[in-house]
Amino acid sequence: MFDEIIYILLGIGVFFNILAGVGLLRFPDVYTRLHAGTKCTTFGSIFICGSVILVALKMWYQGGAEESVLALHTAIALIAILITNPTGAHAIARAAYRSGVKPAAAVVDDLKNKGRRKK
Amino acid sequence: MISFIITTVICFITYLLLTTGSGTDVWIWSYEEILIGIILSLITGFIARNVFVKNNLRMLNPIRWLIFLVYVIGPFFVGMAKANIDVAYRVITGKIKPGIVRISPNLKTDLGITMLANSITLTPGTLSVDIDEDENDLYVHWINIKEEALKKKPVDYKYVCNGFPKWIRRIAE
Repeated sequence: MFDEIIYILLGIGVFFNILAGVGLLRFPDVYTRLHAGTKCTTFGSIFICGSVILVALKMWYQGGAEESVLALHTAIALIAILITNPTGAHAIARAAYRSGVKPAAAVVDDLKNKGRRKK
Repeated sequence: MISFIITTVICFITYLLLTTGSGTDVWIWSYEEILIGIILSLITGFIARNVFVKNNLRMLNPIRWLIFLVYVIGPFFVGMAKANIDVAYRVITGKIKPGIVRISPNLKTDLGITMLANSITLTPGTLSVDIDEDENDLYVHWINIKEEALKKKPVDYKYVCNGFPKWIRRIAE
């Protein structure tokens, strides 16, 4: 039963990571690609890290104190991903807008007015 | 002085988490790692005390941490899961209607606006692109714009990020 839960979590994580790759190829411009490329990977990574933590907790329970490294380090890595991933996406999007990339097929663009007001 | 203590304690906890499994003297740590950890976190706390702790101490309140945990596990994770399935649908079918909208969540502190921007970016379908620093308004790239949201400007935030600003106001302000 325990192993099946791990496999299901791994499957969900890999599915969302594959979708991120497909989205990178399908979407038209940098912003929509960022949507696929940063967030589906975060969601997939949560599940993959979760399954690794479950495996490591099992090892910790069966082995000794030395086995605790994997579980705690994976948890720290997951927190680091959750903090840095949106920050990086935000930086890329802002840099892209400032260097003049307009969103493709945009219905509205409120940010355009901001630049004009500054000048 | 209190900022020095806070920084040192948090550094020490982080060091302990990174060095688990080093021995069995104190549960799962060895005496050497704990000694080095204390020395290093004292140095770090002295150097970084003014950077890490800004002028108020309201985040020391444990009730705020509890609300933060409830927020991350409850509404945030549910919103993230729902929106991920939505983006999965859009990746497969290719139906998108993107645009950049302006929302005004009325948050005042830097920490609150940072948390909101990160929450918005992590829930797929929305991506915070820029910030208006005078009024703390966010510019959000939205992958599937709803028609009824565009009637009012700036756009009502509940279309973009559900009830997140209410939670964050409880945590960070």
